[in-house]
Amino acid sequence: MTRVVRKVLCIVCPRGCEVKVVIEGGEIKSIEGNACPRGAEYAVTEVRSPKRVLMSVVKCRDGDLPVVSVKTDKPIPKDKLLEVSKYLANIEVKAPVEIGDIIVENVLGLGANIVATRPCRKQK
Amino acid sequence: MAGLVYDVVVIGGGPAGLAAAIKTTEYGLKTLVLEQGEKLGGITLQCIHPGFGIHYFKEDLTGPEFIYRFIKKIESLGVEYYTNAYVESIEYRSIMEKKISVIMPGRVLDITTKTIIYTTGARERHRYEINIPGANVSGVYTAGEAQAMMDLWGVMPGKRVVIVGSGDVGLIMARRFALEGARVEAVIEILPYPGGLTRNIVQCLKDYNIPLYLSHAVVEIKGRKRVEKVVVAKVNENLEPIPGTEREIECDTVVIAAGLIPQVRLLEKLGVPIDPATRGPIVNDYLETSIPGIFVAGNALVINDFVDYAVEQGEQAADGARLFIENKGIHTRKWRRIVKGRNIRLAVPHYVSGDKDVVLYARVKWPEDNVWFRIPETGRKLFMPKVRPAEMIRYVLAKDDILKTTDKITLEVSGQ
Amino acid sequence: MGKTRVLIIGAGITGLSIARVLSMYENLDVVVVEKEPDVGWGATKANTAIIHPCHEEDPDKHPLRAKLCLEGHDLWYKWTKELDIPVKWPGELIVATNDEEASALKHYLSLGMRNGVAGVRIVDKEELAALEPNVNPNAIAGLWAPTAGQMSPWEAAVALAENSVSNGARILFETEVKRVVVREKKVVGVETNNGFIEADMVINAAGIHADEISRSAGIDEFTIFPRRGEYVIYDEDVDIKVKRIVHTAPTPKTKGVYVTTTLEGNLLIGPTAEDLPIDAKEEKSTTRNGIKYILEAAKKILKTIPPRTKIIRMFAGLRPEPSTGSFIIKFYEEPWGFINVAGIRSPGLTAAPAIAYYVRDMIAERTSLVEKRKWNPIRRGIKRISRMNQDEKARIVKENPRYGRIICLCKEVSEAEIIEAIKRMKAIGVKTITLDGIKFRTHAMFGRCQGSFCRLRIALLISREQDIPLWKVSFKGSGSEYGVGEVKEVFKEV
Repeated sequence: MTRVVRKVLCIVCPRGCEVKVVIEGGEIKSIEGNACPRGAEYAVTEVRSPKRVLMSVVKCRDGDLPVVSVKTDKPIPKDKLLEVSKYLANIEVKAPVEIGDIIVENVLGLGANIVATRPCRKQK
Repeated sequence: MAGLVYDVVVIGGGPAGLAAAIKTTEYGLKTLVLEQGEKLGGITLQCIHPGFGIHYFKEDLTGPEFIYRFIKKIESLGVEYYTNAYVESIEYRSIMEKKISVIMPGRVLDITTKTIIYTTGARERHRYEINIPGANVSGVYTAGEAQAMMDLWGVMPGKRVVIVGSGDVGLIMARRFALEGARVEAVIEILPYPGGLTRNIVQCLKDYNIPLYLSHAVVEIKGRKRVEKVVVAKVNENLEPIPGTEREIECDTVVIAAGLIPQVRLLEKLGVPIDPATRGPIVNDYLETSIPGIFVAGNALVINDFVDYAVEQGEQAADGARLFIENKGIHTRKWRRIVKGRNIRLAVPHYVSGDKDVVLYARVKWPEDNVWFRIPETGRKLFMPKVRPAEMIRYVLAKDDILKTTDKITLEVSGQ
Repeated sequence: MGKTRVLIIGAGITGLSIARVLSMYENLDVVVVEKEPDVGWGATKANTAIIHPCHEEDPDKHPLRAKLCLEGHDLWYKWTKELDIPVKWPGELIVATNDEEASALKHYLSLGMRNGVAGVRIVDKEELAALEPNVNPNAIAGLWAPTAGQMSPWEAAVALAENSVSNGARILFETEVKRVVVREKKVVGVETNNGFIEADMVINAAGIHADEISRSAGIDEFTIFPRRGEYVIYDEDVDIKVKRIVHTAPTPKTKGVYVTTTLEGNLLIGPTAEDLPIDAKEEKSTTRNGIKYILEAAKKILKTIPPRTKIIRMFAGLRPEPSTGSFIIKFYEEPWGFINVAGIRSPGLTAAPAIAYYVRDMIAERTSLVEKRKWNPIRRGIKRISRMNQDEKARIVKENPRYGRIICLCKEVSEAEIIEAIKRMKAIGVKTITLDGIKFRTHAMFGRCQGSFCRLRIALLISREQDIPLWKVSFKGSGSEYGVGEVKEVFKEV
C-alpha cells in the first residue's frame, strides 16, 4: 500500500503551521503539526480538493470608476480560478452597484456567486 | 476663512484615520477629516484581496468591504470631512492651538485645532531608492501604482512580470497578475528569507508556480522604450551583487514592492523626531509625538502587517486626543523607555506611561524558531514557535507589569 | 514677396535658440522638425544645467567655442529674464585636493584671464571653505568663478519653443528627417517620415545625429560620437546641499564631476564621460559602474555625500562629441543653403544663444533680413502654486478651482498647472501629450516618490484631455504606453 506524507502550510491564520497529512491507500491516516482544529480541516481540504476565493474586477458601465471589484462568495476549486477570471472578462455591469450585489450567480456551476466588493456609483 | 475651530483634525482618510475620527466623534469631540484623494478610504480601496478585518471584525473581508464599513459609520455619524484636501503645512501655535493650511479645489483654508491625528499612511520605495540602474523606460511600476491601475482603473500594466520584493505587497501583486492571466516570471528577494507572511508565500506564489529567488537582486533594467528584460544576480551577505552570477529574465513589466516608508513629511518639517528603525515618529503610549497634541497612527507610525493594527492605533490615538483635550495636555509622567534587546529591530510605542495597558508592536531582525519573547523587567515571557521579520509581534503589556518597572522596559527574543 | 523658407532639424536648445532668433525676421519662414514628440529630448534634457563662465575654454585650440561660450553666457542673463526661465547665479568652484590639481587651477586661471572672464581667482583653503562649507576639508585650494549660473535646460527649450511659435515659427513633431534633398547644388528640402518638406535653407541642429544628416546633404567632414554622462539626484531632505557649483579638476575628456543643488533644491552629482560606439546613439542607460565613479569623485571634493538610499533618480544623457573636437557651424555654398550646426558639445547650452546669432549673421551675409515690427521677446512660464504666498494662493484657487486640486503631493503641483501644460504643448504643435512632457513642464513626478502616487492621476488627466484610453497614455510616445490594454486584455487574446 502506498504511503504518502503531504506537507501543507496552513494559511487559515498568520501563524503558518506546517501540517503533515499522512495518506495511505488514498485515505487520510493522520494529521500532525496543526495548532488548532481549523488547521486540520484546512489540511484535509488542501489534500483532497484545494479551494480558494477568487478576486478580480469586472467592467462597470457609467460608474465613477471603470471597474468594480468582485470576489467569489465562497472558495472555489483552485484549478478553476483562471477559468472564472477569464469568464469575467466578458461580464459588464451597470452602475450603480452596491457591496454584496450578486454579479454572476453560480458562476460556471461551481456553486459560488460572484459578488461586488466595492460600491460603484453612477457617474454624474 | 477664519472661524474653523476643531477639537480634532484627522489628516488622512484611510483606515487609521477613519477609525480615529469615528472614536473622537463618538466621544463628542468636534472632528474633521482631511483626505487628499478623491474618496475616503485610502489604499484599502484598491486592495481587493481578502485578509482584512480578521482581528477587528472576526471576518475575512476584502479591502473595500472592510473600509466601507468605516465609511458608512462616518456618514451615519455625520463626521465632517473634505476630500481632495491637500495639507500644506502644520503650525504649532500653543499647546491647545495648531494651525493647518489646506488647499482644496476652489478654496484655501486655515483650520485651527486642539489636536491632530496624523494618519497619512506610507509611500513606496521606488526603483532608484533600491539602486536599480539601467534604462529609464516604461513598464516599471511600484506595486501600489500597478494595483491602482488594475483594480481601480481597469488597466493592465503588462503581461510578463518580474516582481522585486517578497513582502506581502509583492506576493499579493504576483497573485493578482497571475489571476488576470499575466505570466509572473519571478519574485526577486534580496534577503535570504521571504519578506511576507508564510500564508502569502503559499497562496500567492506556490498556487501559481511562481518562482521566488532569495538572495537575488535586480541589478539592471534593459529596454528601448519599454522594459524588455531585467538582469538579476545573486547577492553576498552584504547584499552586494556577486559578479559572474548575472542572468537575464525577459519581461515587459517590473513591479517594485521593496517596502514602505511612513509618510511624515509635514511632521518632519515641524521638527518631530523620527525613529530611524520605524521611519515614523517617536511616540508615547497615547501615540503622541514629541509635539504636544499631535498624534500619529497607522502606517505613518509604523508599517503594519494588518489593517486591523492600523485601526487599533487609530483608536488609541483617538483616546489620546480625548485625554489631551480633557486634561489640557498629556501630563508629565514617569515615562518608561522601551529598549530594543536581542533580535528586536523595531518597537512601538517608544515610551509608556503606566496609566494603562499598552499594545506593543515589534519586529525581529532575523527569523528564529522556538524562542521566547521576553520582557526581563516584568519577568514576562511568551513562547513563540517562530518569529519572522515579516510578522509583527503584537503584545499587550499590562499596566501592573509596567508599574513594576522603573525607567526602562526591554524587549528581547532569545532561546530561553 | 516670397519668404525664405528656413527649416531647422532638431528642437533641442540649439535648434530652438536659432528658431527664436530667426523668428525676429519678417522675410523668413521658420519651421523646426523634430523626430521626438516634444522639445529638448536629446542632449538638452540630460546635462549638468550650467551656464559656464568660460574660463575652461582654450581660445587657441577652439577659438569659436570660446567666443560663443562667452557671448552665450552673457546673453542668458537677458534671455532667462525675457523667457521666464528659472535661473540662479551661484558661482563655481574647481576644487583641488592635490598639487597636480592645484596646478590645473593655474591653467584655468590663465585661460580665464585670456578670455576676459570676470572675477576668476584662486582661493585658499579658508576662503574655499567660506565660499562652500560642504567642501572636503582635505581640499587645498580652489578656483572661484563667480559668474557661473544654473538654469533649467528643458524649461529653456520649452520657453524658446513657445516664444518662437508665438512669433510665427512652426514646429513639426514626430517628424524624422531621412535625408536632405539637394538639386542643382542647392538644398530644396528634406525627406521625412511624413513626406517631403520644401525649404530654401536647411539648418542641421540634429545633435547626436548631425553627422548622418550632414552626410545625406553630401557633406562628409565629421563624425558625431555619443559620449554618455550619467547623473544621480538626491531627495530634497539630504543634509548636504552645496551653495555653489563645485567640481573636480577637469581632465582632457570632461569638465570633471560636478556637484550642484538644482533649481528644484535637489543635490545632483555627475556626469561620467564615457565614449560609446558610434551605433549606440540611443543608449541612455545608467550603469552601476558609472554611478560608482561619480559618487567616488564627489566624495573626494565634499565633506561627505548623502546615503545611497537617498538617491531618487538616476539618468544619463548623450552628448554629441564631434570627431574634430570643435563646434562645426558653417554655411555651405555647395549645396547652397545647407548649414551645419553640429558637434555642439559642452559648453553648448551656454553657447546656444550666441550660436543662434552667429547663424543669423551667416544668413544675413547672403540674404538681407527684414526685422519684424511686432516681434515679442516676452514669454511667461506656468504659474506654480507652490511658489505663491498664502494670499496669492487663495486668490488663484478662487479664480480657478483647479489650482486647488493638488495632484503631485511631493512638488505641490495642481491640476490647473497640468492642464495648462497640456494646453501649451498643443499650442506649440505637440501631437502626443506624454507623461515626460508634463513632468518637465510642471515638475510633477520630480519629487521623492517619483510619481508612484501621482503618475496615474496625471495619466488620467491626459486621457481625459486627449480623449484616449488611460492605458494608451505614454511616457515618451509610441512604444512606451502606460499599460498594455484593459485589465482583462490577456484573456481577450486567447
